[in-house]
Amino acid sequence: MNTSTTVWRRILLAAAAPVAAVLLALVLSSLVLLVVGSDPLDAFGRMVRHALRLETMVDILNRATPLYISGIAAAVGFRMGLFNIGVEGQYLLAAIVAAHVGALVALPAFLHIPFIVLVAMTVGAAYSGFAGVLKVTRGINEVISTIMLNAIAVSGLVAFLINRWQSGGAVTGGVGRVGTEPIPSSGRIPDLNGFVELFTREITQGKRLTGVLVIAVLAGVVFHLLINRTRFGYDLRASGINPIAAQVGGIPPKRMIVMAMIISGAFAGLVGLTEIMHIGFFPANPIQGLGFTGIAVALLGRNRAVGAALAALLFAFLDVSSGVLQFSGAPREIVVIMQGIIILAAVIAYEVARRAREREEARTAAEALEVNETEEVVA
Amino acid sequence: MAAAIELIGITKRFPGVVANDSVNLVVEEGEIHAICGENGAGKSTLMKILYGMIQPDEGVMRVEGQEVRFASPLDAIAAGIGMVHQHFMLADQLTVLENVILGAEPTRSGGRIDFDSAEQEFRRVAEAYGLVVDPDDLVEELEVGERQRVEIIKVLFRGARILILDEPTAVLVPHEVEELFRNMRELKEEGSTLLFIDHKLDEVLAIADTITVLRDGKTVATVKPEEVTAHDLAELMVGSDLPTPEAGESTVRDEIALEVADLTVQDEDEREVVHSVSFQVHKGEVLGIAGVEGNGQAELIEALIGITPAASGRISMDGTDITNLSVRARRELGLGYIPQDRHREGLLLPSPLWENAALGHQTKPPYAKGIWIDRKGARERTEEIVAEFDVRTPGVDTPAHALSGGNQQKLIVGREMVAEPSVLIAGHPTRGIDVGAQAAVWDDIREARRAGMATLLVSADLDELIGLSDRIVVMLRGRLVATLDPKSVTPRELGAHMTGANGGADA
Repeated sequence: MNTSTTVWRRILLAAAAPVAAVLLALVLSSLVLLVVGSDPLDAFGRMVRHALRLETMVDILNRATPLYISGIAAAVGFRMGLFNIGVEGQYLLAAIVAAHVGALVALPAFLHIPFIVLVAMTVGAAYSGFAGVLKVTRGINEVISTIMLNAIAVSGLVAFLINRWQSGGAVTGGVGRVGTEPIPSSGRIPDLNGFVELFTREITQGKRLTGVLVIAVLAGVVFHLLINRTRFGYDLRASGINPIAAQVGGIPPKRMIVMAMIISGAFAGLVGLTEIMHIGFFPANPIQGLGFTGIAVALLGRNRAVGAALAALLFAFLDVSSGVLQFSGAPREIVVIMQGIIILAAVIAYEVARRAREREEARTAAEALEVNETEEVVA
Repeated sequence: MAAAIELIGITKRFPGVVANDSVNLVVEEGEIHAICGENGAGKSTLMKILYGMIQPDEGVMRVEGQEVRFASPLDAIAAGIGMVHQHFMLADQLTVLENVILGAEPTRSGGRIDFDSAEQEFRRVAEAYGLVVDPDDLVEELEVGERQRVEIIKVLFRGARILILDEPTAVLVPHEVEELFRNMRELKEEGSTLLFIDHKLDEVLAIADTITVLRDGKTVATVKPEEVTAHDLAELMVGSDLPTPEAGESTVRDEIALEVADLTVQDEDEREVVHSVSFQVHKGEVLGIAGVEGNGQAELIEALIGITPAASGRISMDGTDITNLSVRARRELGLGYIPQDRHREGLLLPSPLWENAALGHQTKPPYAKGIWIDRKGARERTEEIVAEFDVRTPGVDTPAHALSGGNQQKLIVGREMVAEPSVLIAGHPTRGIDVGAQAAVWDDIREARRAGMATLLVSADLDELIGLSDRIVVMLRGRLVATLDPKSVTPRELGAHMTGANGGADA
């Protein structure tokens, strides 16, 4: 009975931190809203009511999908104590190459889709693995190298390639933006509208729920199993917690660094899929910043598969509902402030919870010791 | 004259433990007072109370006759008490002078720091107490002994008359210890009172005017060094007759388990730290390596387990050349390792015990099943280790950091032993753990030795070396300088070989 109460206390402690972080963020955001002269209750009410509409939910999921994958990519590095800041460059480069190559080939769908996914993962893995190799062979900190590689990828390679690979006329992906040659329909992942509508009313306003959501869920499951259940994941976590003990325990540090960067990059390669496989081409002005927000998602989600999913949904909700804030007289940029506040609050709350948990664990261990000793005396 | 410090009935409880149980202590003015006790005896808690870092639940504290109550170290500093921490609290990128004045900067008008008067004061303090260190050096360039002097000057600079030194010799090499003791005597002559924690008994006997022994949070005795021997002190600390390591009947077999031939190891700066070392360890044998720390033992261990490559020479285990094998390959061939620093090398502190038990063995059953970690198998194996090696823990899902040092060490010893290694490298296997755990570790090594395990034992504890080893080799400046028979050697002779006092003639 005693142990079950302890388990409950631990679960409460684990859940308390994120909840406290969100509550603190709500309070602080309300203050910000008051300062800019709008009514926080009205603003939050509008955001929630807006989010409860089916079409908004589709928007939120569409937005959360790449954020989640990006968070997973960052989390792989974090679990080993590596800061892969380069998800941004990795996914943009992977996406444009995958979009271009995907448009060149003609394959049946069951091969075409995996082919594009594989190309994207390979490019992301190679670009990220390069930073790993630099760290292992030349001792270059991965934060520095991935930031540099971001600049090379985003302002250099992607900008160059989009000019070369831009299709002749304006592409009609339903949006009418310009970009790379469109991928034939065999290479696009179908939307999930039909599936969702089995349970709900019809989705209107031309909104389509991205099929990449399935890949994101799969990525989360793979991530969880890889990190928590495999020998490789054990080695990775051990290296992150105590690199020296890991090395003494037979885990080759250099190999682990390169492998972790490669896997992180492979996940990063998937981030751009929503764009290229949903709208069908790599646009000349792609959504940027998903790689950086992914770091925040990983942080808020404590580098766990489920945690990151909740974090990605929260961030996507804020992004999508920023528009309605204007109706209550607040600028939409308030949302960015709120996201920042959530991150700060989370960092603080997690640290407080970690200390509380350590005290709790030390206490139960000491108690168990006392019980043992009394038992021995009795025996 | 009132005593410098007087503690009456100090009690401090932590959840599950009474760290200090009505401790009484009198420290006379101008004396060097040593506090001895095993790990967990309550020494550090007592020092923290004295320095205001934690508050006692009960009891009275008097400093120079005045009753005091410290809410924080600031109050302690104001009362003239200074603390030299075991882990230095210095900013590496600042100069010695900047570190010393940090937080107590003399200022000129407009809040500018008055470096001139600071330096004058620094030199006055340093010269008065014979503490040699250049105020303009960057702290990161200093050696450990010099850093410690900076800490001491820092404390004196703030006007401390009573200095608390928390295990000051733990981080020092022997000649630095001598230097520290010179400084301490000088401080005493200048009228300071020193209170220091130590558990190296020869050091305590060499420097202290008075010794107070703590055991289980209680003061058990206050003695003068002239009146006691190291053995008496040890018994006071333990509270009973000392368990002694005793190897018993020889179990040495003919087969060679570990053979090292002409092994040379270089450090990062390509200096030779192990010179052409050769030895053999037979099955069922414990080979002890004696030596003052820093004479190449750590590097020898690193080369044997495979963290540092051998510059030249050959290492073979059970006839297999392992010189160029990875750590993992060596481990899988049956090389066990009890690290010299368990927190640094042996444990994943935030992880549950079963993950810690798997460390180093995670590639093999019962910890692994193909590419997967076998969580069930690992938990069951860990439960066996916990039961068999008497690890006191609520369960195998408890994180390692929640356990006491002795229990952590028993887990490490257990995980290596249940893997039945053919060769075990044990670096200071009983350092910093209590006597009960120490005896358990000795028993474990003895038992495995009977079963045919070859052990390489590196230890600073001469009694442990003499009691447990079948053969002792002495390491000095990276070379093996003597081979001794533990049955006939005395600690004194061993000490002479370790310091090179007899020239290493029989190398």
